[in-house]
Amino acid sequence: MADTIILEVARFHPERDTEPTYQSFEVPLRGDWMILDALNYIKDQLDGSLTYRWSCRMGICGSCGMMVNGVPQLTCETLLTNFAPGPVRVGPLDHFPVVKDLVIEMDDFIGKLQKVRPWIVRKDDRKPEREFLQTPDQLEVFKQYTLCINCMLCYAACPVYGLDPSFTGPAALALAERYNLDSRDQGAQERTDVLSQHDGIWDCTVVGECSVVCPKHVDPSLAIQQYKLTATKEWFKAWLLPWGNK
Amino acid sequence: MVQSLALALGKQVTEMPQYLQFQPKPYQPQMSAYWYFDRWPYLRFVLREASSFFVAYFAALTLFQVAALSAGPSKYAKFEECMRSPLMIILNSLTLAFLLLHAVTWFNLVPRVMMRQVLGKSIPDPVAAAPNYLVWLGVSVIIGLFILRII
Repeated sequence: MADTIILEVARFHPERDTEPTYQSFEVPLRGDWMILDALNYIKDQLDGSLTYRWSCRMGICGSCGMMVNGVPQLTCETLLTNFAPGPVRVGPLDHFPVVKDLVIEMDDFIGKLQKVRPWIVRKDDRKPEREFLQTPDQLEVFKQYTLCINCMLCYAACPVYGLDPSFTGPAALALAERYNLDSRDQGAQERTDVLSQHDGIWDCTVVGECSVVCPKHVDPSLAIQQYKLTATKEWFKAWLLPWGNK
Repeated sequence: MVQSLALALGKQVTEMPQYLQFQPKPYQPQMSAYWYFDRWPYLRFVLREASSFFVAYFAALTLFQVAALSAGPSKYAKFEECMRSPLMIILNSLTLAFLLLHAVTWFNLVPRVMMRQVLGKSIPDPVAAAPNYLVWLGVSVIIGLFILRII
């Protein structure tokens, strides 16, 4: 195995460039290095102006998501040796505006996340006198969706979001479903207005790549299809049953 | 301020630096019209969606076959003659491949669009998909027996 590998890294300077270009760097090919370690090597040793986000280095913070050879990955969890002999192409997450080099603008995602009200909504706003109890079985129903770390890999993998940026998107819809399925939550009706729209669940064409690239196995595609089922049942109930709207 | 200072000193400011520090212009990526060639999962998705055209074509073909059958033996012989042409054999072989893709991908999606919990228990995906495959197999066996004139 060679001692080094070529990393082709996307470079974009907002004050100079009109579009990103790729710059090649030769970095040591070490068995214990992740792509993020190679980027840190470039920043420390070769070019200090390289800009990217990272924090925890253990797949929890969700900051270091990038396109590695065209696939969205957490770079702190992706072994450099998987791509030997190289070259490896590292770019910013697809479908998002690029601020600089590998840093993307995430305002759109944050706005969509807020829109689905991803918190426990109670009809009675008064402070509860005690905690809401929940059985392990009730927790199991939605636990998978609580593991989302908002890394946005699913958005980068979703061609629907790329083609139609108004789509609410996988992570926001999965988190909405997480709260809808929570036995303590009473906000399902409020969320329906955002979720059961063309820009919500009905824009999803079940490409399924959001679930494949998810580093936490959240399976947003499943959440969206399950909510389609719920929305359809609610729609039939509202139209067919005289008490359905209540 | 620089300008007023320069004026106060009686000097003409000829060139001011153009700072864009607080006016970032992010790059807006555009998706290629041929995005589905970028990765195999996207191409597979588009092929799955395109399989609907072949389903529609085969439904129409079946209607033509029934119409020919009800129009009498000579019309049906003509229909069969048409089906023997190399072009139709190629088209129908392609249709068979796409119908298989359509059926398999559809059945595999079934567990994702049905209730996950029955009587408080989660159903494993293969168990949820199995009845569709069993019905498919059963119907195929019955049709096969008819074609082989066993029943």
